[in-house]
Amino acid sequence: MSVLILLPIAVPLVAAGLSTGLLGRLVAQRVVAVAASAATLGAAVALLLGMGGEGPAAVVVGDWPAPIGISLVADRLSVVLLVVAEIMLAGVLVFAIGRKGSERSMRFFHPVYHVLAAGVALSFLTGDLFTMFVGFEVMLMASYVLLTHRADAKRVRAATTYVVVGLVASALFLVAIALTYAATGTVNLADLATRVDALPGAVRSLLALTTLVVFGIKAAVFPLFFWLPDSYPTATAPVTAIFAGLLTKVGVYAILRTRTLLFAEDGPSTLLLVVAGTTMLVGVLGAIAQDDVKRILSFHIVSQIGYKIMGIALFTTAGVAATVLFLIHQIAVKTILLLVGGLIEDAAGTGSLRRIGGLARTRPFLAVLFIPTALSLAGLPPFSGFVAKLALVEAGVAVGSWAIVAVSLLASLLTLVSMAKIWAGAFWGEPEDPPLPEGPRPLPRLATAATAVLVGVSLAIAVAAGPLFEYAQETAADLLDPAVYPAIVFEGVLP
Amino acid sequence: MTAAVPVLAGVLFAAGTYLVLQRPLTRILLGLALLGHGANLLLLAAGGRAGDPPFVGEAGAPAQSADPLPQALVLTAIVITFAVTAFLAALAYRSYVLTGSDAVEDDVEDRRIARERLEDTA
Repeated sequence: MSVLILLPIAVPLVAAGLSTGLLGRLVAQRVVAVAASAATLGAAVALLLGMGGEGPAAVVVGDWPAPIGISLVADRLSVVLLVVAEIMLAGVLVFAIGRKGSERSMRFFHPVYHVLAAGVALSFLTGDLFTMFVGFEVMLMASYVLLTHRADAKRVRAATTYVVVGLVASALFLVAIALTYAATGTVNLADLATRVDALPGAVRSLLALTTLVVFGIKAAVFPLFFWLPDSYPTATAPVTAIFAGLLTKVGVYAILRTRTLLFAEDGPSTLLLVVAGTTMLVGVLGAIAQDDVKRILSFHIVSQIGYKIMGIALFTTAGVAATVLFLIHQIAVKTILLLVGGLIEDAAGTGSLRRIGGLARTRPFLAVLFIPTALSLAGLPPFSGFVAKLALVEAGVAVGSWAIVAVSLLASLLTLVSMAKIWAGAFWGEPEDPPLPEGPRPLPRLATAATAVLVGVSLAIAVAAGPLFEYAQETAADLLDPAVYPAIVFEGVLP
Repeated sequence: MTAAVPVLAGVLFAAGTYLVLQRPLTRILLGLALLGHGANLLLLAAGGRAGDPPFVGEAGAPAQSADPLPQALVLTAIVITFAVTAFLAALAYRSYVLTGSDAVEDDVEDRRIARERLEDTA
């Protein structure tokens, strides 16, 4: 069990080294990449299956007992997010291999992609605030390179904003760690959980607020989201897709972890409810104003983050369970939508809705991939988004937070409007402006197949909604019980 | 511990924030370096008062030795800040090669859409 926790971090890092040694040998790099991806996914699935039998597990690096050594913790939340993330990483890897101009024109794609995978896994699994900082940095450094490698002037401009905002957030993260250490004398999350309650109220609020701002920038919540819609759309399709699916979700995971473990509250948090509501509305209104496929979808990343914050803000078992379910659904759906957005650009040669049209006629399979995913994003039955949103609305109604429920339903409606705009602009009708002269181009087969498989995964999330919801509720119960996480770290078993 | 370290960290943060808000990427780069230094100083200050070197020789009881953990954290943070600063310097150079300036511009597409909407309503 303990070895399994190390694999999702160690395997990609070893593969990154191997892959760097194989620069220029694309086929060998691909073999390494697929093998590493399969091994990591296998380890993550084994961890998830072990959750039913042996339960959550923890391992301390270097065999120093916690809280001296760095703990890696595989609890219910970390493991389920890790599994979905690894599935998406594998899918996007195949997509990148099958698509011209993603991986072949970027010599360093494979090594950097491995590093990104390791950073994401480390962020999910670590039980230590400083190691979380390191995990974030590993992930972000890889993302900087993926965004700017072989970039033209347009992408360099967009990436500059992204990198600078990332660095400011990192400096703030260090400040948060310094303040936490000064106040408590530890950075181990489980150890912190037992110590923050003894702090004076003002100090505790300061720590809560600094961590919230830091993770809020990473998660792209209102008013800290402005960097996202500017930078994401300029990257190549697989890079945008994996950013959309994973990076902001790691930020949400960090908010969820710190809010439940360290800064638990008695009832709904007004601050977070306001943040959640404004994030939903501002994101979706931004999306409606755009007329480029990837930019519309990028604004929706922001909008959907609001829903996850809503569940955390409600701070009930039902609310947190809904957030967990929403995270699982979103990692899948956002990745797929951005992949489909990339395929639309491939087929039409552009992402501007004014220059695309009639794809439903010329590329019907693309429409088949787009429809279930778009409807799932908007939260229509019978797709996964409906299940997650229903759970969220029920949790909101149970607490009596009618305002946030109303805002979330309105944002859902506007999401549907915006999806209809893509549908009407790209799949129906004729282009307004003259299309590209060469006409529709064939879809890359392997990339389309990879997207189709991921669409299957997202449909499977809807089919398995029952067991998943039960799992999410157990996860929420674990998160809200302050004794569980320290028990996993210090004793290795559930209390 | 004296008040000098936190005050110095505050000055670094103020200067860093001012520089990050400028347009030229080279200034932002210097600003980010200052912010990083400020954060590192704060981490070091979080370790409490100075003391004997820990782990080395027989000198001093554990009560008298300095807290080694923040120093280890700061070392890690310095390495990371160094790497990212080098990356940003490369990015600034690339921006200069491609566009002839290293000024950070507004979101072009966003400006375009805002302009169009204004024209539509006018």
